[in-house]
Amino acid sequence: MGLARALWQVFLVWGLVLGAPQAAPLSVAVASNFAAPMKRLAPDFEQRTGHTLAVSLGATGQFAAQIRHGAPFAVLLAADAQTPRALEAEGWAVAGSRVTYARGQLVLWQREAAGPPLNEARLRRGDFKRLALANPKLAPYGAAAMEVLQAFQLTDKLGPLLVEGINSTQAYQFVHSGNAELGFIALSQVWEDGRLREGAIWRIPENLYRPILQDAVLLRSGQTHPGARAWLQYLQSEPARAIMRAYGYTH
Amino acid sequence: MELALSPDAWPALALTLQLAVLTALVLLVLATPLAWWLAQSRSPWRAAVAAVLSLPLVLPPTVLGFYLLVLLGPAGWVGQLTQAMGWGLWSFSFTGLLIGSVVFSLPFAVLPIQYAFEAMGPRPLEVAATLGARPLDAFFHVALPMARPGLLTATILSFAHTVGEFGVVLMIGGNIAGQTRVVSTQLFGHVEAMEYAQAHALAALLVVFSLVVLFLLARLNPRRPVA
Repeated sequence: MGLARALWQVFLVWGLVLGAPQAAPLSVAVASNFAAPMKRLAPDFEQRTGHTLAVSLGATGQFAAQIRHGAPFAVLLAADAQTPRALEAEGWAVAGSRVTYARGQLVLWQREAAGPPLNEARLRRGDFKRLALANPKLAPYGAAAMEVLQAFQLTDKLGPLLVEGINSTQAYQFVHSGNAELGFIALSQVWEDGRLREGAIWRIPENLYRPILQDAVLLRSGQTHPGARAWLQYLQSEPARAIMRAYGYTH
Repeated sequence: MELALSPDAWPALALTLQLAVLTALVLLVLATPLAWWLAQSRSPWRAAVAAVLSLPLVLPPTVLGFYLLVLLGPAGWVGQLTQAMGWGLWSFSFTGLLIGSVVFSLPFAVLPIQYAFEAMGPRPLEVAATLGARPLDAFFHVALPMARPGLLTATILSFAHTVGEFGVVLMIGGNIAGQTRVVSTQLFGHVEAMEYAQAHALAALLVVFSLVVLFLLARLNPRRPVA
């Protein structure tokens, strides 16, 4: 009898705790390339607003497919601008909620810090066996790299040396494992806490490729969550942008 | 459904066929003695070797590809060996793809052959020995013919697994047209780029072609005689 009573009381208290007004975590889908700044942005946002985030990392295209089939994400931080625009046009995202939260920077990277300097002349000399890039058809950084080669009129000369990764992560791995000497990658892949992590880079002049814009959008299933719009606003705030700059993104 | 085969589908298909056939052949030669040893040996290492040979099933293909990339690269011991021999690096080459495919499909080749040898039991070899056959004779004229269904299954599995293989090839291939761009990577590219007409055409071609090859291979397998 006493035990049953005690259990009942525990059950009641437990119910009170669970039933207490506590917002569900805000579920955000984030493009994998943005994983590093997310680790700093999420706790900062949580501390400032009291909302909690549930972050899912993945490929933008896969998120889009999941969202079109009812995945309960509140906000999508895409790796491109097209996907959020398409989701908005199809009615999966809230009209007018799209914002550009980050702008990617293309760099030419080599693993040896002491190697010959990276610049246009180096590309023109072509004194390397392999040049890695992301697939130009599928990945924004790959498309940007191709535009740079076209601007230099080097596509014919360097064409036979190109090796394509499915995304810029793979292009990075090609260079990192030493299988390619140079690679076009995202600055954010080698830029951490405001410093170059490894090797040497050449920041490609931004007039040589179309801007790599990463857009975020409020999704239909997130429009009632009070934290969703706060998160989108936070992404455009100066403290958030400072964190992003430290990880190689500009605005 | 609109179908539109892109002109670069044929080189990719030819490359896939080459890769799958060569992988199956290399694996037959490599897996048969391994399977024989696994079926016959009483070495304390037997279980350990069997476990290692099954590892390619455990690692996600892209991860397996990544480690192969490291191994074949200038810092890896295979890469250092190939460079010292004057062969250059094997990453981003057909040879690299072949090595990757062989490693990736190794368990699919070893296991059916091993089970075929084990199912045979010791008796046929004992009989052969009594009749004066030397061990090598007995292996080629008794064990191998009896293991024919296992050898065929191994060939079919290695072939089909290589045709559909994707992650490993993507990682060590570098998607170079005519050299390392096989059908599976091209198909993936079409789907990702939402070029569905090309994707459908290529997928249809791949499925029909593989069906024919697998059907022909399966026909080689004799029906089990009534005991």
